Amino acid sequence: MMQIIGTWIAAGLTLAIFSFLYKDNPFYKFAEHLYVGVSAAYAILYTLYFDVKPLLYEKFMTEHGPEKWILLIPAAFGLIMLARWVPKISWLSRWSIALTVGIAAGLGITGQIQGILLPQIRGTLVPLNSFDNILMVIGVIATLVYFYFSIAHKGAVKFGARLGMVFIMVAFGASFGYTVMARISLLIGRLHFLVYEWLHLVK
Amino acid sequence: MKFFEKIANIDSRIIYLLLLIVVLIPLLFKLVLPINLSEPVKSAYDAIENLPEGSVILFSVDYDASSAPEIQPMLLSILRHAFTRKHKVILLGQWALGLPFGEIGLNEIAPQFNAKYGEDYVNLGYRPGDRALMVGLGREIRDFFATDYKGTLVDDIPLMRKIHNYNDIDLLVGLEAGQAGDNWIQFAGARYGVNIIIGSTGVIAPDMFHYMQAKQIKGLIGGLQGAAEYETLIKKSGTGVAGMVAQSYAHLLLLGFIIIGNIGFFVVRRRKQS
Repeated sequence: MMQIIGTWIAAGLTLAIFSFLYKDNPFYKFAEHLYVGVSAAYAILYTLYFDVKPLLYEKFMTEHGPEKWILLIPAAFGLIMLARWVPKISWLSRWSIALTVGIAAGLGITGQIQGILLPQIRGTLVPLNSFDNILMVIGVIATLVYFYFSIAHKGAVKFGARLGMVFIMVAFGASFGYTVMARISLLIGRLHFLVYEWLHLVK
Repeated sequence: MKFFEKIANIDSRIIYLLLLIVVLIPLLFKLVLPINLSEPVKSAYDAIENLPEGSVILFSVDYDASSAPEIQPMLLSILRHAFTRKHKVILLGQWALGLPFGEIGLNEIAPQFNAKYGEDYVNLGYRPGDRALMVGLGREIRDFFATDYKGTLVDDIPLMRKIHNYNDIDLLVGLEAGQAGDNWIQFAGARYGVNIIIGSTGVIAPDMFHYMQAKQIKGLIGGLQGAAEYETLIKKSGTGVAGMVAQSYAHLLLLGFIIIGNIGFFVVRRRKQS
């Protein structure tokens, strides 16, 4: 019974969202606000249950020794993040933000160098013994020339930059094609649900 | 002139209606088209197929409802493939709103293979932390996941007793709708040498191909097409294969509209200039 009710609610909300394609209306607004509210509540509960409870509260209650007290540091940083709501002490939240930004920057720099830059350079150093490899190397060089602004784009450099732009446009086209496929897939997913699970038009 | 002006400015509601019809008809009549297999998807399939029986596969469910139509068929197919090969499955996620999809997938597929929770598969649940978590898992999984999705201590789960970090993971399957895929490759792949295959939405699939080319990942399943290919490889059709006919017809319709719109645009512009 609960599954039937759930299916009807899901179908109703799907149609309410689709109604926006005709024009904005109260059904769409209701579904949109409901989605935002439910998602926010869900995320808060998940964070409390899967983060704060096991990683902070339970660890603090069960740990022994100095590790237990170290937990108070992230807890304090978490709490002072909420100071943004109190104008007089809102500056305190900058410490939490600074910590987050620092960690993200540190991880980001090492990740980008170790995980992208070096492996991608290695991946570009290929023998020029196939059309694919030659095309890829030309594409990389031409694209780099397009983004090289220290010299004027004239003569051979202009040709290289133009060629780079062509490669970039092809990449945008491929990306847009995939995006179209992704959006149509979402429509297919919803219509599949309506036809197969809600209306049972197809067995 | 009026005709060309009209086709250059077609009411978007007409496009939506035609798109609806074009997508609905193949679904209603269960039309099927042959699926061509691509190298990245075959490589992903081989990465699981060639693992010795009983290997440990870590699934990361990093998507939510807005991309489930594309990625959920991948999850189901890869789980089916993993259980067929009697591999062990550990599931976790970086997206709070995505974990229920992982649980739905496990509940649907595991019973079909008599897989037992705790022995053949486990759902560790969601933890925030993203990149810091990915680095931390290389040291000790228990630092982040002391308990599973249901609150059971990880040390009380038979499957997890000998699994501590990436050294005990044979393959990581990242099911990605955002940045987490790049992060897995950067932090689990590049730093710890974990073998990775990626299943991603169509939107981010083009950004994953360079990892495939540089051999940073073992395989790539991109969008609904990728899901359909994987379903074809494991010989079990699902919503991926079912959706590809509608997908193909919708693409033809959009191509038609692009051509018609451009004809209208250029004719109107030329007539205005002359």
